[in-house]
Amino acid sequence: MNQNDVPVIVIKDLSFSYDGHPVLEDVNLSIPKGDFVSVVGPNGGGKTTLLKLILGLLRPSRGQVQVFGVTPEEARSRIGYMPQHSQLDPQFPATVLDVALMGRLGHGRPFGRYSRKDKEIVWRALEQVGLHDLRKKAFSSISGGQRQRLFIARALACEPDLLLLDEPTANLDMVMEGDLYELLHTLNQWLTVVMVSHDLGFVSRVVKNVICVKRKVLMHATSEITGEIINEIYGSPMRMVRHNGEGSCNCFSS
Amino acid sequence: MLQFLTDLQHYTFLQNALLTGILASVACGIIGTYIVVRRISYIADGIAHTVLGGMGAALYLHKVYHWHGILPIHGALVSAIIAAIIIGLVSLRAKQREDTVISALWAVGMAVGIVFIARTPGYSEDLMGYLFGNILMVSSNDLWMLAGLDALIVALGLLFYNQFVAVCFDQEFARLRGINVEAFYLLLLGLAALTVVVLATVVGIVMVIALLTLPVGIAALYSSAVWRMMAISTILCAVFTTSGLALSYGPDYPAGATTIIIAGAAYLCTTTFKWALSRGRS
Repeated sequence: MNQNDVPVIVIKDLSFSYDGHPVLEDVNLSIPKGDFVSVVGPNGGGKTTLLKLILGLLRPSRGQVQVFGVTPEEARSRIGYMPQHSQLDPQFPATVLDVALMGRLGHGRPFGRYSRKDKEIVWRALEQVGLHDLRKKAFSSISGGQRQRLFIARALACEPDLLLLDEPTANLDMVMEGDLYELLHTLNQWLTVVMVSHDLGFVSRVVKNVICVKRKVLMHATSEITGEIINEIYGSPMRMVRHNGEGSCNCFSS
Repeated sequence: MLQFLTDLQHYTFLQNALLTGILASVACGIIGTYIVVRRISYIADGIAHTVLGGMGAALYLHKVYHWHGILPIHGALVSAIIAAIIIGLVSLRAKQREDTVISALWAVGMAVGIVFIARTPGYSEDLMGYLFGNILMVSSNDLWMLAGLDALIVALGLLFYNQFVAVCFDQEFARLRGINVEAFYLLLLGLAALTVVVLATVVGIVMVIALLTLPVGIAALYSSAVWRMMAISTILCAVFTTSGLALSYGPDYPAGATTIIIAGAAYLCTTTFKWALSRGRS
């Protein structure tokens, strides 16, 4: 089988429960190489849990997860991960460059300083997200939007083949959100992207597939998403705005 | 002050005291920074107070049962290791109970120490000595022990700097980059416990807590990198211990308590100044 034909993520008959409460049940998924997937669903529906199972930070109660055909632990060096930024200490004494360099850990020597090559890779990652000029700024002094981009740069510094992002658009205004999608769209040319989204503000031009998580997991092509599906996921009437490539938008309300 | 400078040239005990302050600054600057940025300074405080129990028990065995091989530092070491293991396991496995466990160890450790000290005959040993130490009575053995501690901390702290910083900043991401997060966290707790043990027997429990947190607290206001925070807090720590010693010497104030008051006043002034400055700007 050709390397390109192996799906990036395969999940088989997976269930996960936390303290006896089922969080995810009977999940079957296959995400092909080069896909751009948005993971949506209500709060507490299991979106972040699904991401952590793919990363191997949580172990499934039943079933299995394969990333690049191996276990998540074995695949970790090929995964770039951007966590929800709200968990981290905003006052931590580090520069933008310091934080991005953390993405190079585990690549070179087990101890000592970062190599010249590490610095070159981080340099490029910061350029890609447009933070290169701010590299000497303190982490505590940059804005929320810049912080999101910095965590993407840190994930890119891992030189990943798969990018996992947990709510990259949280706390961003419309303009910044647009810029971020533009960046992810560019990265998607050579990376597989899976992102958790806090709302349904996904852009169909960028996102190819949508995974709906509410204990059960369903995958839809972006073009198939309708108001009924949204209703089913969230269990309450909800308005969806879909942007088409031409800039027009279709609004469904129910 | 002048008296201090002339006596410094003649008396070994003063030279030792000065050197103790400077050597303590290196350990406190590096370990203090790691525990403050990892937000676990309360863990070091908990271990420091638990140590009193071990020191009291060792003293009791030494005096009452004439176990002459047992010194307070041995008791401190045993109790610090027990406290660090309990706190470490609780914080890795059952995060929500951490503060209760630390409070319990803190209170019980001190109570045990006080009972043992009270039941130990002779008035040469008193509680104040253990809490505030006496920097003027440091032996050359103590100095070597401090120098050894510094060498260990500097070597590990520099060699695994990137790993420690990554674990302190974002534990989950560090784990994904293949770093053994538990091992580094326990190593950090172990080094903090060791620093507390060595310094508690040399300069006293309260002094350790002050030196581990106050200089770092000031340095944090002016640092955008962990290594810079270490350097600034080490220098500040040396300034505080030296000035504490110099200012307390003439009027014969307790040196440890004077140092802590100077450090505390400096911390209060700098944070207030910073706060006023940021308010003035906005």
